[in-house]
Amino acid sequence: MKDFGFAIEKPRALDLDKADRNLYVRLLKREPSFARCFQCGMCSATCSARNFTDYNIRRIHTLMRQGQTQELDAMLQKCMLCGKCTLVCPRGVNLRHLIIQMRKLLNNE
Amino acid sequence: MTTVAIVGAGVAGIEAASVLAAHGVKVKLFEKEASVLGNLRSKAFLFPNFQASDQIVDSLTAKLLVDGIETITAMEIVDIKHTSDGWHLSDNKNHDYLADAVLVSTGYKVFDAARKEELGYGIYKGVITSLDMEAMIKADKLVNAVNATPRKIAFLQCVGSRDEKVGNHYCSKVCCVTAVKQAIEVKKRLPQCEVTIFYMDLRMWGQGFEEMYRTAQEQYKINFVRGRISEAAATFDGRIQLKSEDTLLGLPLKMTTDLLVLMVGMEPSEGTVNLGKKCSICGDYGFIQSTNPHLSDNTTAIDGLFVAGTAKRPMTVQDCVNDGRSAALAILSRIDTTGNLGAE
Repeated sequence: MKDFGFAIEKPRALDLDKADRNLYVRLLKREPSFARCFQCGMCSATCSARNFTDYNIRRIHTLMRQGQTQELDAMLQKCMLCGKCTLVCPRGVNLRHLIIQMRKLLNNE
Repeated sequence: MTTVAIVGAGVAGIEAASVLAAHGVKVKLFEKEASVLGNLRSKAFLFPNFQASDQIVDSLTAKLLVDGIETITAMEIVDIKHTSDGWHLSDNKNHDYLADAVLVSTGYKVFDAARKEELGYGIYKGVITSLDMEAMIKADKLVNAVNATPRKIAFLQCVGSRDEKVGNHYCSKVCCVTAVKQAIEVKKRLPQCEVTIFYMDLRMWGQGFEEMYRTAQEQYKINFVRGRISEAAATFDGRIQLKSEDTLLGLPLKMTTDLLVLMVGMEPSEGTVNLGKKCSICGDYGFIQSTNPHLSDNTTAIDGLFVAGTAKRPMTVQDCVNDGRSAALAILSRIDTTGNLGAE
């Protein structure tokens, strides 16, 4: 085909009709406190990995919640499981356990 | 003649006393502090109309100067018991007062910000509470940790509210708009000062609140950042460095400020917790439980024992005035034609 110098981009909008929230629902069973998150950003503000990489735990669990799980496994490898996020969370979400369970679920464990 | 004892001479207690006295009820109004309206006096101006709180203090205290209201200050009621001759109220020094009905309006205290150690209150001079800020505005003297004019001030919402770690799940309701009010008061005095408000949700629920938020954005150029501050530490020159995330950008954030103002939430006062327990009318978080939040919000599970104001939950001054009146009506409607509290 003749190259006209432009291309059609795939839509970048989040398509919630096609989002698969199955993993999120299964994750909630393993760590129910996750449902309480109100996106304050304390976890990602205090995160040791976040200061030097693009790792953002708040963004990761928001992606999980909306069923956008494609790149999560690679992202989650940056976490060192230090647990500071769990210490600061004002909603009492057990983030450290949540991350371990996310890794397991994404690897079909 | 019916006698009603009111425990706590705050906004709700005084308003209730005034309405009851106007209807021929004898009122004994108890206050543990030396003067009435302690919490209201600590405020400089009230949202949403920036009225001086001293004006409200004057109007309310004037209501006490009528026949039928006996105000007893420096008297802490520590126990309330019902016997065949009525309600007995007692303090720690063997004083005993008798009444036909009791209104508990023992109010709130602010959350102790030192419990959030990571925010540095009580450790660094540059970290203050909204109460300290209110006092500075009232004294018309805004200073930083080294007594100089602050060039940057940051406010943090929800300190001690919506926080599992301190056991307070509830929203304190008044802090969102109080931060906006204080930020505007700062900018009125120090137009050059950079003011930032860290928030999770801005709950501008009352009449005129949203307009205040708009004014803060448009006229005073206050910077609103959506994120909670995770920690604060002092710099070598006495300023405060804080860490947060701008959750809308998804980027971690650090900032140095002259003052960090912690918007402390409302908790039940010691008197509220104590009387709630002693009388078995204690609800969530130590606040007093009314019979029903919709239709019977001033009665309690115990007949003859009524409740008003921030002893129940966080409220504004406006709420407390209304709730005090409402409690007075609830009491009046329980008094029968002989002037007594008959069988329910």
